[in-house]
Amino acid sequence: MELLKKYPKTSQWLFLLIIFFALCFAIEVPETYKFIRGQAEFVKDPNQSSYVFLGKEVRYYAFDVFWRLPPLLGWLPIWINDSLFFLMNEWMPIEIWNEDTQEFKSRPIVLQISRNLTAFMTFLIELIREILLGGLETIVAFTSWDWIDKNPWAELPGLPWTIVAAGAALLSYKLSGKGLALFAGLTMVYISIFGQWKPSMQTLSFILVAAPLSFIFGLGLGIAAFKSKRVEKALYPILLVMQTMPQYAVLVPALVLFGVGDHAAVIITMVVAIPPMILLTILGLRAVPPEVIEAGRMSGCNNFQLMFKVLIPTARRDILIGVNQVIMVCFSMAVISAFIGAKGLGFNLLLALNQLNIGLALEAGLCISLIAILLDKMSLAWANKQEDYFGNLTFFQRNKNLLFFAATVVIGIILAYVGTFLFKGTFNYLFEIPHNKGISTADFWNKGVDWIFDTFFVYIKAFNTWLIKEVLQPMRALYLRMPAIATIVLVVGAGYLIGGLRSALVVCALTLFIAFSPWWDRALVTAYMATFGVIVSCIIGFTVGTLCFQNKHSANFMLGVCDIFQTFPSFVYLIPVMMLFGITDTSVLIAVIVYATIPATRYTIEGLRSVPAGLHDAATMSGVNKFQRLTKIEFPLAFPHMMLGINQTIVFALFMVIIGAFIGTEDLGQYILKALSDKKGAGIGLTLGICVAFIALIFDNLIRAYVQKRKKHLGID
Amino acid sequence: MSEPVIKCENVYKIFGANAQKMLQESNGNVDAKTFQDNGCIVGVNNASFEVSKGEMLVVMGLSGSGKSTLLRCISRLTDATGGKIFIEGQDLLQLNNKELIELRRNKMGMVFQSFALLPHKTVVENIAFPLQIKGIKTEDSISKAMDMVKLVGLDGRENYFPRELSGGQQQRVGIARSLAVEPDIWFLDEPFSALDPLIRKEMQDEFLRLQEKLQKTIMFITHDFDEALKLADRIAIMKDGLIEQLDTPANIVLNPATEYVRKFTEEVPREKVLLIEDVMDSSKENLGDLKVLKDEVIENVAEKILTQEKSVAVIDNNKNVIGSINPAKIINTVFGGRKKNN
Repeated sequence: MELLKKYPKTSQWLFLLIIFFALCFAIEVPETYKFIRGQAEFVKDPNQSSYVFLGKEVRYYAFDVFWRLPPLLGWLPIWINDSLFFLMNEWMPIEIWNEDTQEFKSRPIVLQISRNLTAFMTFLIELIREILLGGLETIVAFTSWDWIDKNPWAELPGLPWTIVAAGAALLSYKLSGKGLALFAGLTMVYISIFGQWKPSMQTLSFILVAAPLSFIFGLGLGIAAFKSKRVEKALYPILLVMQTMPQYAVLVPALVLFGVGDHAAVIITMVVAIPPMILLTILGLRAVPPEVIEAGRMSGCNNFQLMFKVLIPTARRDILIGVNQVIMVCFSMAVISAFIGAKGLGFNLLLALNQLNIGLALEAGLCISLIAILLDKMSLAWANKQEDYFGNLTFFQRNKNLLFFAATVVIGIILAYVGTFLFKGTFNYLFEIPHNKGISTADFWNKGVDWIFDTFFVYIKAFNTWLIKEVLQPMRALYLRMPAIATIVLVVGAGYLIGGLRSALVVCALTLFIAFSPWWDRALVTAYMATFGVIVSCIIGFTVGTLCFQNKHSANFMLGVCDIFQTFPSFVYLIPVMMLFGITDTSVLIAVIVYATIPATRYTIEGLRSVPAGLHDAATMSGVNKFQRLTKIEFPLAFPHMMLGINQTIVFALFMVIIGAFIGTEDLGQYILKALSDKKGAGIGLTLGICVAFIALIFDNLIRAYVQKRKKHLGID
Repeated sequence: MSEPVIKCENVYKIFGANAQKMLQESNGNVDAKTFQDNGCIVGVNNASFEVSKGEMLVVMGLSGSGKSTLLRCISRLTDATGGKIFIEGQDLLQLNNKELIELRRNKMGMVFQSFALLPHKTVVENIAFPLQIKGIKTEDSISKAMDMVKLVGLDGRENYFPRELSGGQQQRVGIARSLAVEPDIWFLDEPFSALDPLIRKEMQDEFLRLQEKLQKTIMFITHDFDEALKLADRIAIMKDGLIEQLDTPANIVLNPATEYVRKFTEEVPREKVLLIEDVMDSSKENLGDLKVLKDEVIENVAEKILTQEKSVAVIDNNKNVIGSINPAKIINTVFGGRKKNN
């Protein structure tokens, strides 16, 4: 009793754990229970129970309700799917004039909207693609096929790669200076001579459409939410779910709505990239000091000027992080959307990974990463650009970049023309180096991989077996051994202890959704993989972050490294791990760990940095040594911020676990991947995505509640 | 006297959901306590005053006294809950958005405590900002802004960013920006509060120099009583939204209206604040040879007067004798009990 009074919180937690374990031991594993004997599988099996709701038949294996809840939401994916089909094919037909057949045709309005939207996107993508690579779709769009037949000269030849490379370098020079110009030039030359020009430009054209559109819509919606509480309230839950929804899951409904191809990829990329942009826009605008707004008002700004000349520029820092996120997501999606037929580097990367051609995958991945970093740096430089009002410049000085570019175009064309004579009979390398006809290091890497495999096979195998047998399998078994009721009690109890009744209710609703879905077992497997990844990531991240924090330079260096790593599309992480560990769970987990360590490290450093300098001095004067200062002062104060890092780590880990399905895992991701090739997969994909998002949101809710309480307790903001 | 530039009649600002309704019900008798119990906070309580052309009114009060809120009502950054505000005869609260913007673009300038500079613009761009908002061509606005840069003594730093400047320099930019459109009315919201004492004094002197040259109509907010005494033509002392006293610095020091005001005046070095005129007697008899100007600060002439045996004649600018002062009076003023004088 004494102890209970002394440590009320601890005893409450203990009590919760006791109930949890009591439930675990009290509830027996049903004899019929076999892992994932397809509660979601739509096979007919006489052992299955079934019920009908809303006209949808749901089949499932019934267990004791304490062990596994029945899939009361099993009808949801089928219903979503049917509704989608209804919307696309039957709902609200409208009459449309058909030019070719000269008659009215009836078509559902959603289908028509989706057709128009995709046509518009296709036009934009083709336009940029044809400037870079040549082609005639755009010209045909304005004229007709007949016209092109009669005027074959009008076919765009595309820009020679020399011009694009020089143009990129010049633009970078104008935006930032020599450093970036050099980087841009080298990147382009690298892409070209390694024979990745065509897919790179395809990817680039996709990004150049998706990124600006995402930016504009994100900014616009962010402003709307900033101005109107109602809009914000409506947007907020969608944003939360979208932020934590694995990108895979969005692909499937997009497939139904927009079909296959680059246009669908652009739309789906926008859907994924807009939410973080909105959130960061709101965040940035909120943080503008009220006096700055008043200063703008007193300068006589109207609402428009106030927004675009005062608020947005002042909120630039956060908005730029938003741009960075948009670019990151776009590149990430450039790979993932290859699943729904987007062309470019992503497609090559997936193909290479599928064929286990690590060398080719590495080259494609490197190209994507380089372009991603380049665009990121260019957008940053553009936002920070300064104007010079005082320089008394001549016409030449003012327009030198433009003139240089004009000169480059001329030289490039001449070179390409000369090339036609130089390389008679073969490819014109001065115009475009065809795919896989450049230098390739793929063989080198593949041999390297083989060598690593041959040399270290025994050790890798041993490590692999040990990890799987001794750590992963038991952990997985433990997770699956948890009765549903026990899990819910644990999660809801934690919610109550951390954030009170409100938190408990929210967490309860989220958990129940997953429990009532047909994929509870899969969710447990996902959770186990994510947990393992997060724990290791956090240990590594905290250690590395803390070590780097000891020195200002190393801290800055580490943050820079985090920046660059974050720019890599998530899929790229799979390449090196597959090189080393082949197709195993270990590969996925290591990719998860590498990917999720980024936020853990970053937030540790930032958190430690946010500890006020005055406290350092005060601590030093109290005679603490470095270690004491770290444990007694810096960690406790930095902890709330570090917890937010854990939050991000969880989201990152879940994303990677889901992507890991590509290598082959038995979690929710596997089903999402399956849903991609399923005609009726849209509902399943979406529901699975929501399940993953909810796993992340459960932790998000708990961590945020904890951080808020802790911050209040410590008196930080 | 011509029409006042700023005129407030029974201005109220009350924060809260049903402030409007409660104000109407209270019939102008606003009691902060009752309002607070009903979830409203009284920012400004029945403020009426006028500021005439070229005058500097300093509003003094501690934090939470409503002085900044009053200023924001008059610049209409917030809308007053009740009362009337006239700017050069125009009813401010009746202006529509467009007219208000027009008024701010041409007639008003404001300086902020935290400087409120735009972080992404250089010094000269910040100063040119109100001009560019008005739609003036880039070249003209930049050249005008450069004049302002010179006026506040920042030449050579026009291409610096705010983050590269010290606090004092940043506030110079703030001042230059507020003056760029050549406003008639100048609002300053604790402009020097965020500065070091030495820089603050330097900026105050600079400010007086500017005002001598520009002769703007000024409302100056401060929580520093000494600053108020140093700068003001008249001072309004606020507490809990109410104006406790509005008078010249001398009168406030000599005749504090309330106990609250008296507390501020207690520690004031009177010889530095009061003028001869403020303490002289009206009798013109039995005068010595020494004559002092009525506008002299006591401190500057005290030694001269104290060495005299007879009363000293006080003259105005036209050398007419208008009164007298004797050494005893000086001693009484400076060292006399801190109770009510006269």
